Amino acid sequence: MIKKMLKSVSIHSVLIFTSLLSIFPFIWLLSTSLKGNSENIFAYPPAIIPKEFTFANYTGVWHRVDLMRYFINSMVVAGGTVLLNLILSALAGYPLARMEFKGKKIAFFAILATIMVPFQAIMLPVYLITLKLRLVDGVSDAAGFVGLIMPFAVNAFGIFLMRQAFMAIPREMEEAAIVDGCNVFQVFWKVLLPMVKPSLAVLAIFTFIGSWGEFLWPSIILTKESMFTLPVGINNLQGMFSSNWRYIAAGSIISTIPIIIFFLAMQKYFIAGENEGAVKG
Amino acid sequence: MFKYYGKIAPYLFLLPACVVLVIFFFIPFFQTIVLSFQDYSNNIYNPDWSGIANYIEIFKNPVFYKVMLNTFIYLIAAVPVLAVVPLFLAILINQKIRGITLYKILIYLPVIVSIVVAAIAFKWLYADQGVLNYILNVLHIKSIGWLTDSNYAIYSVIILTIWKGIGYYMMIYLAALMSVPKELYEACDIDGAGFLRKHLTVTVPHIMPVIALVTTISSISAMKIFAEIYVMTKGGPLNSTKTIVYYIYEKAFENLELGYASAMSVILLVVVMVFSMINIFCFERNKYQL
Repeated sequence: MIKKMLKSVSIHSVLIFTSLLSIFPFIWLLSTSLKGNSENIFAYPPAIIPKEFTFANYTGVWHRVDLMRYFINSMVVAGGTVLLNLILSALAGYPLARMEFKGKKIAFFAILATIMVPFQAIMLPVYLITLKLRLVDGVSDAAGFVGLIMPFAVNAFGIFLMRQAFMAIPREMEEAAIVDGCNVFQVFWKVLLPMVKPSLAVLAIFTFIGSWGEFLWPSIILTKESMFTLPVGINNLQGMFSSNWRYIAAGSIISTIPIIIFFLAMQKYFIAGENEGAVKG
Repeated sequence: MFKYYGKIAPYLFLLPACVVLVIFFFIPFFQTIVLSFQDYSNNIYNPDWSGIANYIEIFKNPVFYKVMLNTFIYLIAAVPVLAVVPLFLAILINQKIRGITLYKILIYLPVIVSIVVAAIAFKWLYADQGVLNYILNVLHIKSIGWLTDSNYAIYSVIILTIWKGIGYYMMIYLAALMSVPKELYEACDIDGAGFLRKHLTVTVPHIMPVIALVTTISSISAMKIFAEIYVMTKGGPLNSTKTIVYYIYEKAFENLELGYASAMSVILLVVVMVFSMINIFCFERNKYQL
């Protein structure tokens, strides 16, 4: 009995310690963002609870930086990326799972090959092509958004996820639909797609998180501040408020609130433990 | 099953994805290779063919060796931790205890937060008069320049990478632990094996493929590190945190040495592809149903 309790206590203490380590950097950022101008943010010992509690840094950074704009830009980019990934992955996954056609093996291995090549290694030509297609913010805002989205509009992980989902559906479903007079597009749209909704949800959520945090590509391609996504805009705060850590902290916290709400709302998809390998760039 | 789809339907379904992959993946892939054999220094619109000059230049450049060394340090320092610690945590969380969901949420939180915010938060912890130096002082250790001392900077960045990755790999391990037969643990309990022996003799051998998978995935991500460096150190001080992707970025988009950057990209490509192939053909066969 005592041994069992001892075991439980030690497990909990390790997990509590790890949890604290996981959130401490945010707690400290939050604490700094709530400290007033007269409070020394470099005080030793560091004060977690602000002595001079204030929201002034939040209103200050909100007025000086168009965070709402960054947020909207991020929403447009993440929304567009999710939508295209759902459509393109489902479309491509279906024939790979269910049809026999010439060149299937080639298509399969070509898509698989894309997993092995990191974006970082081909980003320069991707940039040159995007310039050539005039999908940049210098042309128009809409073109800029398309340029931000298109290189990530579909990827092999999504296609294979959907392929697996389609493979799990019993073939009788399609046979029944065909007998009822559906054509192949109706089979796809009316019969199969509703059955892979759970996989579509998983794909949507992980694509959203990936797109929301994407930093490298937007920082390469964006030139106009009004087109900044949140990660680019938040990084830019460092230059704007060179050593005003209160503002930098406040901006960072504001930018993190939406994704934390999203995470908590969708937490069962993240921590169910069965979606391995769906995200991670 | 009868073929209810015509001859062209499969291609129509594949077409949209293929168009995107060709334009934004296959063409850039081959272009990277082509660019690596070209010289842009005379005329950026009309490059000269330069054979393997870019590669020769790379291998003569001391900064390149520094960059490779940094990437190697990253692998050696980050990968073992990311393979072992999350497994340990997953085993703990897999016990029947209270508060599992809360622990999972808190430990997974760093994974979903933008790397930029995470890097800023760590930069703040690493400040000269920041919290971490305070803790050192309490322990009677002199303050160190976490990001400003070329001896420590890379390890400070690695700590961020580890911190941000632990939750992700823990979830992979948790999924794997579900497949370990309960009877094996029961047998261990009857034998009176302790915690460590139980998991070394049952868990670890049983999920060895997943441990290998985590090792390769985390190696690949370690080779692709960029945002951490860009936000925290810009490769400095004295190139001590410059990693291969950051160096490619600098050469391509700041110095406009397109050929040189591409040759380095090809080197990165080859290394990552080797790791990925091991991954796909050894550990993820089921996922792709090869």
